[in-house]
Amino acid sequence: MPTPDSDHVMLAPDDEALLLDRLRAGDEDAFEALVARHSSAMLAAARMYVKTDAAAEDVVQDAWLGVLKGLARFEARSSLKTWIIRIVVNIARTRGAREARSVPFSSLATGADEAAVAPDRFRPPGGAFPGHWNSYPRDWRSLPEDSLVQLETTRAVLREIGRLPGAQQAVIRLRDVEGWTAAEVCAALDLTDGNQRVLLHRARSRVRGALERHFDG
Amino acid sequence: MAEHAEHITCQEVVELVTDYLEGGLPAAEVSLFEQHILFCEGCRTYLEQMRLTVSTVGRLDTGDVPDQLRDRLLSAFRDWKRP
Ligand SMILES: [Zn+2]
Repeated sequence: MPTPDSDHVMLAPDDEALLLDRLRAGDEDAFEALVARHSSAMLAAARMYVKTDAAAEDVVQDAWLGVLKGLARFEARSSLKTWIIRIVVNIARTRGAREARSVPFSSLATGADEAAVAPDRFRPPGGAFPGHWNSYPRDWRSLPEDSLVQLETTRAVLREIGRLPGAQQAVIRLRDVEGWTAAEVCAALDLTDGNQRVLLHRARSRVRGALERHFDG
Repeated sequence: MAEHAEHITCQEVVELVTDYLEGGLPAAEVSLFEQHILFCEGCRTYLEQMRLTVSTVGRLDTGDVPDQLRDRLLSAFRDWKRP
C-alpha cells in the first residue's frame, strides 16, 4: 500500500487498478503518478506523427484529457498503457494530417531497404568470399569495463535515437527503453508484426552503428 | 543471392539478426543462421554487439516529464475535476 509520499513511479503495474480508482475519485497524486509513468511513451508515440516536441506535448495533453473523459468506459481487462497510447496515436494522426505532415506510411516504409551495415564492410561480389566481412567488427567485451555505461556513450545513443525517423524512434523507445512486448507495440501503434520488426531492426542497427563510431572514433 | 540455399553470407546475417533475436525466423533459417554464427567469428561478435546495443538502450533513463508539460497537465486535471 503506497504512502502519499512514496515514489509513485516505482509502483508495480498491478497498482494501476488502484491508481485508476483513485483517479476516478479525482485524486491528483494518482494523476501525477500516471503522468510520470506513461508520458515518456506517449511523447515517443506522438512523435511518429507530429514534427516537433511542442506539438507532441500538445498531443499528450489532449490525450490525457481523452483518458480522463474515457475513464468510465475503460475496461480494466485491457492494458492501460496500450489504451493510452492508442488515444495518443488517434489524436496525433489527426493532427499530423492537419499539419500536412501525414508521414506514417512513408515513415513506416523507410528503412526496409536500408542496409544494417554499410555494404563496403563486406567483400564485393565476384571475388573470393563475396558478402563476407572485410575486417571483423570489434569485440566490445574487450573495451574497458565501464565503456557501455559511460555518460558519453549514453549521450551518443540518445543522439542517434533522436535522429531516427519518427516510427523507428517510437518503436525502439517502447520496445527497448520502456520494455514493451512486440505484441503491445503492434496493438498500440497499429503496426503489423512484420512492420514492427523492420522498424526495430533499422533502429537497433543504426544505434549499433552509432556505438561503433563512438568506440572506434 | 547465395549460390547454395545451404549457406548465408555475413551481409545476410546482419539483416537477419533482429528476426533471430525476436524469434521470428523460420526453423530452417534459424539453423542456417546458427551454423554461420558457429563458424564465423565476425558475425558472432556482431551478434554480441547487437545484444549489447539492446541492453545499453534498455538502461537509458526515460527522464522526467518536462516541467512545463506536467504543470499544464495538472491544471487541465484541476479543470476536469471541477464540474
Ligand atoms: Zn559471418
